[in-house]
Amino acid sequence: MDWITIISTTVKAAIGVETVWYALAAIGINIHFGYTGLLNFGQSAFLAVAGYGLAVTVTVLGLPFWIGIGVGLLSAVLLALVLGIPTLRLRADYLAIVTIAAAEIVRLVFRSVAFKDVFGGSDGRRGFSDGFYALNPFPEGEYGFGWLLFGERTLWVLVVGWILVALSCAIVFLLMKSPWGRVLKAIREDEDAVRSLGKNVFSYKMQSLILGGVIGCLGGFIYGLAYASVQPDIFGTETTFFAYTIVILGGAARVFGPVVGSAIFWVLLVLVNGVLSGAVESGAITFLDSTQVGPFRFLLVGLGLILLLVFRPQGIFGDKREIAIDAR
Amino acid sequence: MHAETTTDRKAAALAAFKDLAHDPGVAKPDPILVVDNVVRRFGGLTAVDVKHVEVQRGSITALIGPNGAGKTTFFNQLTGFDTADSGQWTFNGRNMNGVPAHKVARAGMVRTFQLTKALSKLTVLENMRLGAQKQRGENFWRALVPAIWRGQEDEITERAEELLVRFKLDAKRDDFAGSLSGGQRKLLEMARALMVQPELVMLDEPMAGVNPALTQSLLGHVKDLREQGMTVLFVEHDMDMVRDISDWVVVMAQGAVIAEGPPDTIMSDERVIDAYLGAHHDAPLDESELAEQLHEAEQALEAEFEEETKK
Repeated sequence: MDWITIISTTVKAAIGVETVWYALAAIGINIHFGYTGLLNFGQSAFLAVAGYGLAVTVTVLGLPFWIGIGVGLLSAVLLALVLGIPTLRLRADYLAIVTIAAAEIVRLVFRSVAFKDVFGGSDGRRGFSDGFYALNPFPEGEYGFGWLLFGERTLWVLVVGWILVALSCAIVFLLMKSPWGRVLKAIREDEDAVRSLGKNVFSYKMQSLILGGVIGCLGGFIYGLAYASVQPDIFGTETTFFAYTIVILGGAARVFGPVVGSAIFWVLLVLVNGVLSGAVESGAITFLDSTQVGPFRFLLVGLGLILLLVFRPQGIFGDKREIAIDAR
Repeated sequence: MHAETTTDRKAAALAAFKDLAHDPGVAKPDPILVVDNVVRRFGGLTAVDVKHVEVQRGSITALIGPNGAGKTTFFNQLTGFDTADSGQWTFNGRNMNGVPAHKVARAGMVRTFQLTKALSKLTVLENMRLGAQKQRGENFWRALVPAIWRGQEDEITERAEELLVRFKLDAKRDDFAGSLSGGQRKLLEMARALMVQPELVMLDEPMAGVNPALTQSLLGHVKDLREQGMTVLFVEHDMDMVRDISDWVVVMAQGAVIAEGPPDTIMSDERVIDAYLGAHHDAPLDESELAEQLHEAEQALEAEFEEETKK
C-alpha cells in the first residue's frame, strides 16, 4: 500500500475544498437547527440556487462575475423568504418535510429537460469561474511544504474559502453572544414562552432562516468555483444529511463545531477510502472490489454516526449537561 | 416577610369591590380589562362564551370553575395565543382582539402557563434577561456591534438580579433553568414575566405542581404584585389559595361566567355550588323515596344473609 499518498491526501482533506464548502453548509445548519431549533432539511437548495445563480448569470446572461455572486446571494435570500413564509408557522417535524421537498423541487427544476437551455440539465453549467481566477494573486506554481502541495488555483479557492469560514464563524460568535442570539436559543426551547415575553417569533425564525441560508449558499459558490462547474445532483439530499452529520459530530450550537466536524468528517472519509482501496488493490481485502469501496465507506459513516449518538451525543464541543436536561 | 395585615393597596382594592352586586358581568369602578361576547368553538363544542366581564385595576382577581369550564381557553383568547371566533376586549381602553401574542405582551398584559415554560437550556439569568423589552441588541444588525447594547444589557442584568434576589433564585443564576425544581420554575416564570414590566399579570394555575413548602412563598409573591401596583388575574383550583389572596372571584362554568363575588361568600353562592356539585345534589328526599331506599337496603341485607346460610 502507498502509505505516503494515503496520508498526504488525508492531511490535505483536513483543509481541502470539500471541508470548506461542507463547513459553510454546516454553519448554516447550525444556525437553523443548533441555535433556533428549525429542522431545515433543505439546506442543499440554498447551495444550489447560489451555485446556479452565479453560473447562469455568467454563462447564459454573459454578465460579470460579481453580478453573478450578487444574483446567487439574492436567490438564497429569496429562497429563504419563499420557503419561510408558508412553513415557519409549522411545527418542527412538518417544517422538515416541507423543506426536504422544496430542496428536491429545486434540484429537479435545475436538472429538468424543459429548462436545459438555462440550467444545462443533468450536465449542469461550466465555464463561469474565469472572473474568480482572474483575481488570483498567486502566480502559477506549487505552494506548500512536504506532501502538502496545492496548485495556485486550489490555493486561491482555499484562501477565499477559509476567509469565508472565518468570517461566518465570527458573525455566529458575535450574534450568539448578543440578545438577538438569546432570542433564537429561547425559540429553540419554547416558542410560546418567547411569544408571551413580547418577541415576534416569526420574524426571528425568518431572520435565522435567511442568515443560515446565506452562509450555507457560500458553500455553493465555493463548490462551483473550485470545480469550475455545477451539476444538479451535487445538491441532493445527501449533501444536507452530510452537513447534519457534521453539525452533530462537531456539537450543535457551538461556534466551531461545524468547522471541526467538517474537517474530521472528510479526513475520515478520505482515510477510509485510501486504506480500503489500498487493501483491495494489494489483495488484503477480498470481499470488496474497488468500485464497492466508495459506497462501503458511507456505510461506515452511518455506523460512526450511530456510535457517536450513543457514546457522545453532545458531539465534540458539546456540553453533556445540556443533553442531560433533554432526557427529562 | 410578607405582612399579613391589610395593606393600603388591599384596602383600596376591597373598597372598590365593597358595594358591587354579585352578578356575572358586573361593572367595576376602574376596569383595566373589559371583555364582551367572547366566543370560541371547537367544532360543535362551545368552549368559551363570555358575555361581559371586567377586571378591576390594582386588584387580585381569581378565575375559578370546574374542570373543562374554559378558563385556560379564555386566557388563551385574551392573550392572543388562540383566535376567538367572535367578540372583543379592551385593555386600558385599547382594542385587543386579533392582536398577536407578542404585541399583547408588549402592551403590558403578560401571562404565565399552566405547564411551566422555563427555557431549559438557557441559564436562569438568561431566562430573566429575555423578558426585558425594547432591547437594542435584539435587532440583527445592532447585535453585531456589542458596544451598542452592552450598556443596556448591564442595566437589564442589574434589574434581573434584583428580581432573582426577591424570588430567592439568586443562588441559581448561572444554572440551567432545566435543572430547577417544579416550584422554582414557577418562581422563575413569574419573575421573568415581571421583567416585561407588565400592568396586568395573568397567572394560569400558579400553584399547580408546587410543593407545599414553596406555596407560601409563591402566595406572598402574588400579593406583592398588587403591592407594586400591578393587577393580577389568575386561574386556580386550590380554594384555600383563592380565599387567601384574591379580592374578587369570577366563576366560570361550561364556558360562561356564572357568578362573581368576594372570596369569602362566593363558595356559598347557589349558582357556584350548582356548577361544582350539580343542581340537585342536596335536594331533600320525599316520603316515598325514603321508603324505597329503606326497602332496597333491606333486600340487599336479606340477599347477603341467604348467601351466608347457604355456605
